[in-house]
Amino acid sequence: MAKILVITSGKGGVGKTTTSAALGTGLALRGHKTVIVDFDIGLRNLDLVMGCERRVVYDFVNVINGDATLHQALIKDKRLENLYVLAASQTRDKEALTQDGVGRVLDELSQNFEYVICDSPAGIERGAHLAMYYADEAIVVTNPEVSSVRDSDRMLGLLSSKSRRAERGEEPIKEHLLLTRYDPTRVDKGEMLGVDDVEEILAIRLLGVIPESQSVLKASNQGVPVILDEHSDAGQAYSDAVDRLMGKEVPHRFIDAQKKGFLQRLFGGR
Amino acid sequence: MSQDQDAVFQLKGSMLAITLLELARYDLARLERQLADKVAQAPKFFDNTPLILALDKLHDASIPVDLQKLIAICRQHGLQTLAVRTDRQDDMTLASELDVPVIATSSASGRALEPSDEASQGEVARPSKVIHRPVRGGQQVYAQGCDLIVIGPVSPGAELLSDGNIHVYGPLRGRALAGIKGDGKARIFCKELNAELVSIAGRYKVAEDLRRSPFWGQGVHISLTGDLLNIHRL
Repeated sequence: MAKILVITSGKGGVGKTTTSAALGTGLALRGHKTVIVDFDIGLRNLDLVMGCERRVVYDFVNVINGDATLHQALIKDKRLENLYVLAASQTRDKEALTQDGVGRVLDELSQNFEYVICDSPAGIERGAHLAMYYADEAIVVTNPEVSSVRDSDRMLGLLSSKSRRAERGEEPIKEHLLLTRYDPTRVDKGEMLGVDDVEEILAIRLLGVIPESQSVLKASNQGVPVILDEHSDAGQAYSDAVDRLMGKEVPHRFIDAQKKGFLQRLFGGR
Repeated sequence: MSQDQDAVFQLKGSMLAITLLELARYDLARLERQLADKVAQAPKFFDNTPLILALDKLHDASIPVDLQKLIAICRQHGLQTLAVRTDRQDDMTLASELDVPVIATSSASGRALEPSDEASQGEVARPSKVIHRPVRGGQQVYAQGCDLIVIGPVSPGAELLSDGNIHVYGPLRGRALAGIKGDGKARIFCKELNAELVSIAGRYKVAEDLRRSPFWGQGVHISLTGDLLNIHRL
């Protein structure tokens, strides 16, 4: 049986899809058969970030409605052998998702994959609820600013009360915090919440800190998950996060501001 | 004015003295004999006396009771059964077949007459509601009729409600309302006061006022004197 991971946040634009693509790719890179499912029906983006938008024929809603089989709808990644994407429908809305339908599809995916990554839409409504309902573990993506932290907190509340595990009284969903778009320099200036502040407010395990980076936008536009850009700090930070997800102890990087050298200061640095 | 302004009846609550027959053993022959003895002692008392038949104190609760026969014996001796008090499903079914109302067994109603029992009841404290995980924004926890204890942080946007005291072993960043049924003696305890609002018996302070307290961000307990909320350092 696969492990079902949900990438969620409550707030939009914090990096859920980027994270889903990066973590999914990272798991596949380490040899685990992984599928990433886009739950953002009507605003499908994952296929763009994964660079498979031109190969979408059938989508998640088609499978739920029985118009297509999973086999027909799964898009195989061009770069990695054991990575697949299940795209969202662009023409429907979130009402097209049913609890039974989602359960059936995830069940079938669980038979054939080691990891099922659910890329949740923003908000706390149907799409987001169904994305997290069947999850075993949750990665809560948060930006270091107050509104994002508050929304993550709300999401954590829902994870602990509105999931299948909670309803069945099973062991609760394992929660991880992933802090994205982190800028240590601005934290030092007091313009941004620090890692410690966010950790203290949310009181969950820190999976990783992804620094604000030009490479993320570039990677999204090119349709290449940023984790494949081994030279970028964001790519390395995601790679560390995947290792921690697998249970490895890896020290946190990119938390402290780097002192700029004389030459870097002279020429404007990065 | 319409005629319906003139009420033809009035609903009133009232306490009536009604005899309760608590059956300890289901032995109809002995019951009949012993009832007859009682009637012989005070025949006036047993003249059309309203009665509640209590079956919840039966020695052996598994024996089926012939309710119809039981009621008949009572009637023979001048006791008119108004209702049956029981917690057994079989009795309830029988009673409804016989069109006799059923009074649910409540531990309080029967014991209230025995002072010794009442005293011991007062000594038994009601268990507090204990929450072992963080209370997140958007969540609401209500401890009805008891104290509320939270072990962990209470996030902004979370709401704690309690008829009694509230204890938070962690930072209190949400709302805490103690004594919401009007208990002015209720208190709020927390390890770190960062609350959006605290209230005791309806008297409240919002974060704007709380921030002015020298104990903001510290361990405090909050109590009510008259109309005033007092914040003391723990």
